[in-house]
Amino acid sequence: MGSIVVDVMLKPEILDPQGQAVGGALPRLGFDGFTDVRQGKRFVLTVDGDVTDEHLTAAREAAETLLSNPVIEDVVSVRVLDGSEDGSEDGAEGGADGKGESEDGEQ
Amino acid sequence: MSDTQTVQQAPAAPVLDTVEHAAGTPDVEQPWAELGLKPDEYANIREIIGRRPTIAELAMYSVMWSEHCSYKSSKIHFKLWGENTTDEMREKLLVGIGENAGVVDIGDGWAVTFKVESHNHPSYIEPYQGAATGVGGIIRDIMSMGARPIAVMDPLRFGNLHHPDTQRVLPGVVAGVGGYGNCIGLPNIGGEVVFDDCYQGNPLVNALCVGAMRVEDIHLAKASGVGNKVILFGAKTGGDGIGGVSVLASETFDEGGPTKRPAVQVGDPFAEKVLIECCLDLYKAGVVDGIQDLGGAGLSCATSELASNGDGGMQVELDLVPLRDASLQPQEILMSESQERMMAVVEPKHLDEFMAITDKWDVEATVIGEVTDGEHLVITWHGETIVDVPPRSVAHEGPTYDRPLARPAYLDELNASGAASLGRPETGDDIRAQLLTLLGSPNLCDKSWITDQYDRYVLGNTALAQPDDSGVVRVDEETGRGVAVSTDCNGRFAKLDPYAGAQLALAEAYRNVATAGAAPLAVTDCLNFGSPEDPGVMWQFREAIRGIAEGCKFLGIPVTGGNVSFYNQTGDVAIHPTPVIGVLGVMDDVSKRSGSGFRSEDAHVYLLGTTRDELDGSEWAHVVHKHLGGHPPKVDLAAEQALGRVLVEAARAGIVEAAHDLSEGGLAIALAEACMRHGVGVTIDGLDRVGVDDEGNALDAFTALFSESSARALVAVPAGHAAELEALLGDVPHARIGVTGGRDLEVTGVFTASIAELKAAHEFTLPAVFGA
Amino acid sequence: MRIGVVTFPGSLDDRDAARAVRECGGEAVALWHGDADLKGVDAVILPGGFSYGDYLRCGAIARFAPVMDALVPAAKGGLPVLGICNGFQVLTESHLLPGALIRNDHRKFNCVDQRLVVENASTAWTSDFEAGQEITIVLKNGEGGYVADERTLDELEGEGRVVFRYVTDAEGRNPNGSYRDIAGITNARGNVVGLMPHPEHAVEAGYGPSLDGRGFFTSIITQTLESAANA
Repeated sequence: MGSIVVDVMLKPEILDPQGQAVGGALPRLGFDGFTDVRQGKRFVLTVDGDVTDEHLTAAREAAETLLSNPVIEDVVSVRVLDGSEDGSEDGAEGGADGKGESEDGEQ
Repeated sequence: MSDTQTVQQAPAAPVLDTVEHAAGTPDVEQPWAELGLKPDEYANIREIIGRRPTIAELAMYSVMWSEHCSYKSSKIHFKLWGENTTDEMREKLLVGIGENAGVVDIGDGWAVTFKVESHNHPSYIEPYQGAATGVGGIIRDIMSMGARPIAVMDPLRFGNLHHPDTQRVLPGVVAGVGGYGNCIGLPNIGGEVVFDDCYQGNPLVNALCVGAMRVEDIHLAKASGVGNKVILFGAKTGGDGIGGVSVLASETFDEGGPTKRPAVQVGDPFAEKVLIECCLDLYKAGVVDGIQDLGGAGLSCATSELASNGDGGMQVELDLVPLRDASLQPQEILMSESQERMMAVVEPKHLDEFMAITDKWDVEATVIGEVTDGEHLVITWHGETIVDVPPRSVAHEGPTYDRPLARPAYLDELNASGAASLGRPETGDDIRAQLLTLLGSPNLCDKSWITDQYDRYVLGNTALAQPDDSGVVRVDEETGRGVAVSTDCNGRFAKLDPYAGAQLALAEAYRNVATAGAAPLAVTDCLNFGSPEDPGVMWQFREAIRGIAEGCKFLGIPVTGGNVSFYNQTGDVAIHPTPVIGVLGVMDDVSKRSGSGFRSEDAHVYLLGTTRDELDGSEWAHVVHKHLGGHPPKVDLAAEQALGRVLVEAARAGIVEAAHDLSEGGLAIALAEACMRHGVGVTIDGLDRVGVDDEGNALDAFTALFSESSARALVAVPAGHAAELEALLGDVPHARIGVTGGRDLEVTGVFTASIAELKAAHEFTLPAVFGA
Repeated sequence: MRIGVVTFPGSLDDRDAARAVRECGGEAVALWHGDADLKGVDAVILPGGFSYGDYLRCGAIARFAPVMDALVPAAKGGLPVLGICNGFQVLTESHLLPGALIRNDHRKFNCVDQRLVVENASTAWTSDFEAGQEITIVLKNGEGGYVADERTLDELEGEGRVVFRYVTDAEGRNPNGSYRDIAGITNARGNVVGLMPHPEHAVEAGYGPSLDGRGFFTSIITQTLESAANA
């Protein structure tokens, strides 16, 4: 199973009240070094098998027509998700097998 | 084997803990203690089913026998409800206590169902989702009676307004209540916001929902009719809310894998909106025989309650449940509290039509079982039986505790120290200053920062909402027939005297409904208390129940259902006993409802009811002196009834242009609120007629203004109608105390404050803390 | 006088819009999102609510509903369409109107009785008002900030296509951060109007802040009667 990541951000000139709120909150937690925060969206599209060029093309089109509103948003990236960035634990996807074990076996 | 070539050993296939396996392995250690069961309860389960329970059965019993689901500490006290319900009271009840919600007949073939519930602990952990799922849960209870939900209310209680944790909890809770209610499309027509230090570690988030239907459309939660299908529909089932039960599954996760079993439930109001419309179409098509919503304890509860209420048994194939998370174990599926799910019992001949309707709404529906002619609830997992129990034993015959109760030792001292010892304002200027202080105090200040986050207009039937005294919604668009609802509780009064405090809460809600012009008809309650393991708390609980039961009997209005929330305490410190009472009343024509604010000039202002020197536990004592002690105001239910009759009749006759009940802060606050509402002032020249002391002398200005005697209301009557009002009053004590007009609140000879000043004191308290 | 009201999954004020149509003398026709069928109505209302839960973006999924396949060409051909709140969001997402609606600048849902100025009384939905007339109707949303680029804003202003503007408070602020205090706009032809506030909640005495919303519905009913007469 492959995945494609699509990142969408508000256009720079559009007011981002959520980003502003986050930016306001960070210093209160001691993070003084950030001068601005903008908040966006990340979509992960999963396909059967490996990601092909056709998948990527379709993803770009989906990004332009549905995943983003071109009036106020930019699609900043459409790329294949590689294993190092999906943030899951080692073997978590295949780890479903491991979860078959339960205390039942010992009782 | 080299490092780069570790062979992953396939784990041994687990042995499913089937009934057969359990019967053959009686001495296996089971984690009943970790699941919250007591040794005698565990022994009892073994006795009921004649062997050790399977892990799935153990999970079901443990959650269904928990305090939250089984009411084990409160059940015996609820006998008082039954003992105090007369036949006359029962007549109005179409469905009584025991179903998802009570239902009352409001006339003209209309039935209304309403209930209040708590979601306190989850809201402390995750304020937004805790509050949102609390609202979602009560809406589903109302839906499952066959009703269209028509309004919500939110009684909320937080710790100190200025405490940092309140700043964490309050905005999240309010956003959650609004986020769910607004998206699902129900108007929020009222509620309460109370701040008190005692709720700091235990905020209370109670949620009320009202629904309406034609009398013949009432649906019940029972599964009967052998061969009828059991259908699970709505959202897929995931691991929501099973954190505690994950002790059963997580221990064997290898490599320290994180348990992905969240303790918090996450709500989806859009899914529930779609579910409402879908259910209403199903009801209209007449294809639903029995219906239950899935709330606390999810499938365990729905299956066992439907089966228990029915007249046969039930067979369920658990592996047919649509899952969001394929790794869930059967016992986790049984415990899951995934939101927005319902269970229906459907005759086979109606199955196709049922599925066509769910398809239209894109709601997933799956036949997972059927009603059998046996007496047991049997659940299988891929063909193997993992649960085989008598459903009554799970759903309705849980343990009953008779916990020790003892009047708390601190009460005598607390009651001995009343407000008589507190310094009172001497001059008119002092009184004025204290009025402004009270108006800006957390409990009395303007709540728009909160209530403007709620849609009060959706559905187009809201005739009255906050900040007026009750929420009023129209049910019949042709005739204007509708209902009024109010929720109230003064926890400080309940702390001083739980019996009286509970009756005062009932009286206040009753009075608020009558003030809007509706005849009180039925009661719901949300009883929020500390730990039932504390005899003092149990005593408070018992006293409150006694107070409510006897009060309801006197007033002739039955409790239709409600909720108990125990364990609201941090360490040794329990919250004030907080029995929140909701009263529902009926109006033939809601266009005649009375609002709380003065509207025109030169209307006569009357104070109805008796005012005594009763400042113990008052808002004045709390705000000005931080004092709590003495005895709450005298309860006089006969006076409440008489007052209520006048208010309802006056509204019906259309002679009153404003009516406002008196409660926290007494007459002064009620007058200020009535002036600020529409910007019409008042001149009070009859303060000396408000009441007398024990010697028969007129009460002094301060006492007349801030006393919190019960059974009182203000009415403003245009001069032309004054005689009609006086004719209606009969024996109800009353005094004409002033006349409306101008832009000030003037108490002749005492003080004058402009409405602008009142507003300046009133409006900025919450924005100052939470931002504009 | 047959006015269609579309119901998407999650629409909330569809019943209220239908009631408003009836109150003002029209016939309300229920239109289902899943059917590309306008049933020959004289005008269409896209009502308020949270279609598809406001998931992805408000109105982003609803704009692809089958009913829109019929509505978009009809609107381009002159069919009067009124988008209220979520309906306005669907209209911008489907590009029948320019600009977009974003989160309120103060990030809270806000329900308030809002004063507006009717700046354009020539559209199909505002002909019963006077230009410059002030009305009070309900505003209730979390995502009501109207935004567009400067060029679009200047074009709207220049062509008189700003139909409603918020009356600002004492500090000059509008309720949600909308650019140029814009509460509602129209297309070039004047048949498609979108606004964030809710006229359908101001048509019945006792159930809203005023009766000012009636003008929207009487305007369109008069318009369709006139069109029929002139046909």
